[in-house]
Amino acid sequence: MAKKFLFVNRKAPYGTIYALESLEVVLISAAFEQEVSLVFMDDGVYELTRGQKTDGIGMKNFSPTYSALGDYEIKNIYIEKESLDARGLTLDDLQHLVWEDEDDDWAEKDSIHLISSKELAAVMDNQEVVITF
Amino acid sequence: MSTLHTINKSPFDRNSLGSCLRVISDSDAILLIEDGIYAATSGTIFSDVVKAAVQSHSVYVLGPDLSARGMKEGGIVEGVNVVDYEGFVDLVAEYDKTNSWL
Repeated sequence: MAKKFLFVNRKAPYGTIYALESLEVVLISAAFEQEVSLVFMDDGVYELTRGQKTDGIGMKNFSPTYSALGDYEIKNIYIEKESLDARGLTLDDLQHLVWEDEDDDWAEKDSIHLISSKELAAVMDNQEVVITF
Repeated sequence: MSTLHTINKSPFDRNSLGSCLRVISDSDAILLIEDGIYAATSGTIFSDVVKAAVQSHSVYVLGPDLSARGMKEGGIVEGVNVVDYEGFVDLVAEYDKTNSWL
């Protein structure tokens, strides 16, 4: 039975393993055909910055993997506006993530939704399972 | 759907309590555990935040974690309820889901 899962990402990438571990659990959950949504808030917004280049630190750059989320039917990726604003970032600084709508001639549609804390509260309230990283 | 938010980090070290309070819903509650219990102690720079939180939400703190850290039940912010492990289990059962903030 599919449940509504929400994964809340609050950590910057590379400094700790949380961001990568979260992404792995997200992909596994989606592979088991659960209804998966993601939130990026606090330092988690740094996970989606464009142009990550990790050659110099000897770690795998896992940021390209986020663009595969659409293929796993993950259509709702919420970014908390307050977290983005606090870090001097805008949506243009983040990856542009899309999903393809089978019912609309495979049109590419935005997965990313910029929402306020208040709207995020409603998104979180509406879930059956919330897992925070 | 109601949520029990557990906070296990000191507010002096991490912002998980602040972030939780930013996105909490009306029907939700907060349980302070492990190093999260320091938020419940009175006279800190976070006491006003917790005082405001208890006006709108049920806020609990895990007694054994207070005791382990030498914090007295009498020295916590008014309105915060002390629970034991059985109370912890009751809370988890009472709310639809639990969000464990890291």
